[in-house]
Amino acid sequence: MNAASPLVDVRGVTLQYKTRDHLVTATYRVDFKVFPSDRFVLLGPSGCGKSTLLKAVGGYLAPVEGEIRLKDRVITRPGPDRMMVFQEFDQLLPWKTVQENVMFPLVASGRLAAAAAEEKARHYIEKVNLTRFADSFPHTLSGGMKQRVAIARGMAMEPDVLLMDEPFASLDALTRRKMQDELLQLWDDTQFTVLFVTHSIPEAIKIGSRILLLSPHPGQVKAELNSLTRDAHEAAAAQALEQRIHAMLFADAVEEQEEHSHG
Amino acid sequence: MAEPTIARQDFVRQTAMDSERAVVEKPLSKFERIYNVGVVRKLAILVALAVLWEAYARWLDNPLLFPTFGATVDAFVEGIVHGALLGRAWTSIRVLMMGYAAGILAAALLTVIAISSRIGTDFLETLTAMFNPLPAIALLPLALIWFGLGTGSIVFVLIHSVLWAVALNTHSGFLAVSNTLRMVGRNYGLRGLSYVARILIPAAFPSILTGFKIGWAFAWRTLIAAELVFGVSSGSGGLGWFIYENKNQLEIPSVFAGLLSVIVIGLLVENVIFRTVEMRTVRRWGMQS
Repeated sequence: MNAASPLVDVRGVTLQYKTRDHLVTATYRVDFKVFPSDRFVLLGPSGCGKSTLLKAVGGYLAPVEGEIRLKDRVITRPGPDRMMVFQEFDQLLPWKTVQENVMFPLVASGRLAAAAAEEKARHYIEKVNLTRFADSFPHTLSGGMKQRVAIARGMAMEPDVLLMDEPFASLDALTRRKMQDELLQLWDDTQFTVLFVTHSIPEAIKIGSRILLLSPHPGQVKAELNSLTRDAHEAAAAQALEQRIHAMLFADAVEEQEEHSHG
Repeated sequence: MAEPTIARQDFVRQTAMDSERAVVEKPLSKFERIYNVGVVRKLAILVALAVLWEAYARWLDNPLLFPTFGATVDAFVEGIVHGALLGRAWTSIRVLMMGYAAGILAAALLTVIAISSRIGTDFLETLTAMFNPLPAIALLPLALIWFGLGTGSIVFVLIHSVLWAVALNTHSGFLAVSNTLRMVGRNYGLRGLSYVARILIPAAFPSILTGFKIGWAFAWRTLIAAELVFGVSSGSGGLGWFIYENKNQLEIPSVFAGLLSVIVIGLLVENVIFRTVEMRTVRRWGMQS
């Protein structure tokens, strides 16, 4: 076990939200710890509360039971120390260019002055290979490019943890694979900590270093596994792990959950 | 599964070279390009209308009822060069700007109250439901009693005509801002007024702009109507008064020239000012096609 103190510590967290006529329990007493430089994946079928859990880490939702700590401080509200990357393409501010979108949080949160923010934005835009489009407005970009801008924006803030809520789920299969590879390359550069939500088992195995399996209705921890190390990424091992996870997730599920974008 | 019955080979092909393939991109013909410019099409419509006007007026041959386009233009030019037309237009626009600005300020205040609490939202919705259907001009008699014969009364009815349209559109624009954008704004640590100014207002800008346009049109109509009712305020009347005065003197071409000025100013504001703002903001941002 890692002797270092956890970066994100989720302790016995129960989350509830209200719809028009129901009080829904999204997760029930979930525990997990994310350590620095983890690529920590929350994996589960829809209805397991993985997105809700990520929003709670983001500070958008307060637990009714338990607590979430970031660097040993209880999270009470959203903040730029936890940058979110959403699934939706409309997460970029349409009235700002790519460059301005990446700069804006740096300046708005008072972290950097405009000149320094511009420098840093340019650096991260180059990292996601969008230098040519720095002065374009978001509506002229493809879905994959928009997600790359969102990732650059998150990384430029150099947050304690990057929160990614199914960032590639709305992309076509080819672009998704390319984006997954690029994300791993970026991780090789700076070894940032990322908390990544997905409902795709292959994506979890590919992206994650550690995988938390959640069972649905309400979301509870089913297992926490190490993913494959990246150099030992052979097809056979990946397939074996995939089958193992699949068996665990659907062990007692009679009807298989329809895979769709909401978790 | 059965194999397909026809055996086929795999093949890989070279794509055609630049020189030998068909056109990929070629410029449109000159006529098509000109016809694609919106201004040109609209100008053509205006010219056709002017020709129709001239033809009908000549056929009618009764300058007291319906002067020709040429006579109207003459009166218009005459009014600008020697007469009071420019001064009158300026008086109207000055009063209009005062009422418009005050109306927008009041709308901003009301919308801020509306988004900060649920009771505030109910307050705005109730007030809008009550006062939006009430024609501003119907308040004029009351305004005359409260503020007397003068600019104050007109500004009061102008505020009424601008306020509800702008507040309603701005508020519904705020409500329509996507949840993702709201979360992004809060993620940056923005709260309170800086959140409103840096996320909500730009995100709702298409609706806000629509509110401004509707508010402007309402205000302009209300103003001319109000001036027609009691015209002179503090010595110099506006365009409505100009129309009324010339009707009394049976200077019908000047009446038409006054109406033409109302139309021209309306067209200019719509097609130059609002269009420019639209081009530089919502269209550039891809928020409106």
